[in-house]
Amino acid sequence: MSEPVAGQPQPGVTPVQGPPAGLGMFLYKARKNLTGSTPYLMMGGIGLWLLTWWLLCEVFSVPRFEKMPGPVAVLSELFSVEPFLGISVFTQEYYQHIYLSCRRIFFAFMIATGLGVPLGLFMGWSKTVRDYAFPILETVRPIPILAWVPLAILMFAGFEAPVIYLATLASFFVTTLNTLLGVDSIDESYFRAAGCLGAKRRHIFWHVVVPGSMPFIFTGLQISIGVAWFSLVAAEMVSGDGGLGYLIVDAYMNNVTVPMVIGMITLGFVGWITSALVRLVGNRLMQWRVRALALEGR
Amino acid sequence: MAAVGTVPARENAGKGAISIRNVTKIYDPEGVNVLAVDDCSLEIAAGEVCMIVGPSGCGKTTLLSAIAGFHSITFGEIYLDGELLCGPGKPLADQGADRVVVFQNGALFPWMSLADNVAYGPTVQGRLNKTQAREKALDMLAEAGLADVGDKFPGEVSSGMARRAEIVRALINDPKVLLLDEPYRAMDALTKSIMHEALLEMYDRTKVTIFFITHDLEESIFLGDRVVVMTTRPCRTKKIVEVNIPRPRDYHILSSEEFRLLVDEANEAVHEEAIKAFEAGERELA
Ligand SMILES: Nc1ncnc2c1ncn2[C@@H]1O[C@H](COP(=O)(O)OP(=O)(O)OP(=O)(O)O)[C@@H](O)[C@H]1O
Ligand SMILES: [Mg+2]
Repeated sequence: MSEPVAGQPQPGVTPVQGPPAGLGMFLYKARKNLTGSTPYLMMGGIGLWLLTWWLLCEVFSVPRFEKMPGPVAVLSELFSVEPFLGISVFTQEYYQHIYLSCRRIFFAFMIATGLGVPLGLFMGWSKTVRDYAFPILETVRPIPILAWVPLAILMFAGFEAPVIYLATLASFFVTTLNTLLGVDSIDESYFRAAGCLGAKRRHIFWHVVVPGSMPFIFTGLQISIGVAWFSLVAAEMVSGDGGLGYLIVDAYMNNVTVPMVIGMITLGFVGWITSALVRLVGNRLMQWRVRALALEGR
Repeated sequence: MAAVGTVPARENAGKGAISIRNVTKIYDPEGVNVLAVDDCSLEIAAGEVCMIVGPSGCGKTTLLSAIAGFHSITFGEIYLDGELLCGPGKPLADQGADRVVVFQNGALFPWMSLADNVAYGPTVQGRLNKTQAREKALDMLAEAGLADVGDKFPGEVSSGMARRAEIVRALINDPKVLLLDEPYRAMDALTKSIMHEALLEMYDRTKVTIFFITHDLEESIFLGDRVVVMTTRPCRTKKIVEVNIPRPRDYHILSSEEFRLLVDEANEAVHEEAIKAFEAGERELA
C-alpha cells in the first residue's frame, strides 16, 4: 500500500497502483501489439501470398493456372455491390450460408464437447471405464467421415441432423482422445499430494483431474473445432442444403469458380475465428497457465 | 527465530513417533524381483528431525512411500504413535493428513493460487469452511514470509517461495509427521540456506516430527537431530550419527569444529556405501 507522501499533496490525482485497467489497459495492449513485429509480419505474409497468387493466375497466366480465378477477380466479386455471380458481402445469401454452417458447427461442437470431455475424463480417471471404452473408440476413430455419410443419411431424417451428426462424430473423437491424454499427462505427485492432504476420490476428480487436464482439453478443442469444419463441409457437399460446403460444391457443379473460391476463403476465415474463440475461452479458464507462460515471455 | 521455548499450540504436539520394524519391500516389475528395502528397522521419536542419507537408488523414497501410503510393503510393519500404519494383512497404509509429504519437484497445484493451495487441506477435510481456511492460510503464509503473494499462482513465484508455501500447505494440517523427499535438491546454495533457516524456524515453532531425505550431508547435519546413513540397496540402517548441536541453530555453526567432525563422520559412512554401490555396478542416478 503506497501512502500519500506528506508535503506533496496532489489533490484529484490518485496514485497509480498496479497495472492499468479498462481503457488504459486496452491502449497499453494496442500499443504493445502495434510496436511489435507480429502485425507487420502477418500483413507481409498475406501480401506475399496474394502477390504470388496474382502473378501466377492473372499476370503471367502460368499453364495450369490460367483457368483459375485470380485474386483480383475473386476480391472484386466478393466486394461488389451487384455481384455478377450472385455471391458477395452485400448479398443476403452470403450470410445465409455462413449462418447455416456456423449454426451446425455450434451444435456439433457443443455435443462433441459435452460428450467427449466427460468421457475422456472418466476414461483417464478410472481404469475400468478405459478398459470398456478404449477399444471401441480406437476402432471407430480411424473410419473416415465420408464413409459415414450413407449411414448418417439412413439414420437421420432431414438435412440438418445428418450433417450435424457427421461433424459431431469427427470432433468427438479428437476431444475424447485429447482429454484422455490430458488426464494421463498429470504428474502422479499431484494425485499423491491431494491424497496426503485428505482429498477423497471425488475431490481428486474435481480438483486434480479436471483442472490438470485443462491444457490438453483446450488444445484438443482447438483441433476438434477445425476437424468439425472439415467434416461439416464434406457432409454439406454430399447431403447438405445451404452452408459454405454447399456453396463450394454448387459453384463447382455450375462451372463457376469464383464463388467457389469465395466459399473457400470465407470458410478459412470463419474457421480461424472460431478456433480463436476457443483459445480465448481456454485462456480465460486457465489464468494460472497464461500468467506462468507470460513470465517465460510467451 | 522468535518463538523459542513457547509452548506450541498444536493438537498433535508431542505426537508423531514412527517405528519402522523389520520392513522389507520387494518390487516386481515384469516378474523380476527387486529387493529395495531389506529388513530395515528404525525408531524415530516424536518431534525429532530425522535425516535420511544414502546412495542413490538405495530405497529411501521407497521407505517414505511406505509411510505415506503410496506403496505397500512386503514384510514387516510400520507404526505411528503405536498404531499400525501398515503390516501383515494391511500392506498399504491409508493416506492421511497426519503424514504430509513435500515432494522433490514440488507439487503445489499449479491451477490454484498459493492461498488456495494452503487452504486446500482444511477445506477438503471439512475442518474449516472456505473463508476460515483462506484466512488461516493467509496468516500462515505471512508467518512464513509470504504475505503478499497469496493470490499468485505457483508458476508466478520463485521456486524458493513455492517450496516454502508447500511446507506451509503441509503444516496447516497440523500433521504428526512431515515427510520431505529431497525438497531442496535443485536449488542454488543461497536459496538453500534461506530455505534451511525458514524450515528450522517453522520447526522451532511446531516441533513436528520430520523425516527428511537428502543427499547433502552438510544439510543433514545442519538440520537434523540424527542422521541415518542407509546402506546401498537393499536398504538398511548402516550408521546413525547423533547431532547434539543445540537449537535454535543458525549459520554460525557451519564453521564450527564440531560441525565439521560430524560431517566427516557421516561422510565416511556414506562414502563406503557409495563405493559398494559403484562396485555393485549400480549407476549413480544424479
Ligand atoms: N515402482 C518401482 N518398481 C520397481 N522398482 C522400483 C520402483 N521404485 C523404485 N524401484 C527400485 O527400487 C530401488 C530403490 O528406489 P528408491 O526410489 O526408493 O531409491 P532412493 O534411495 O530414493 O534413490 P534416489 O536417491 O535416487 O532418489 C531402486 O533400485 C529402484 O530402481
Ligand atoms: Mg528418491
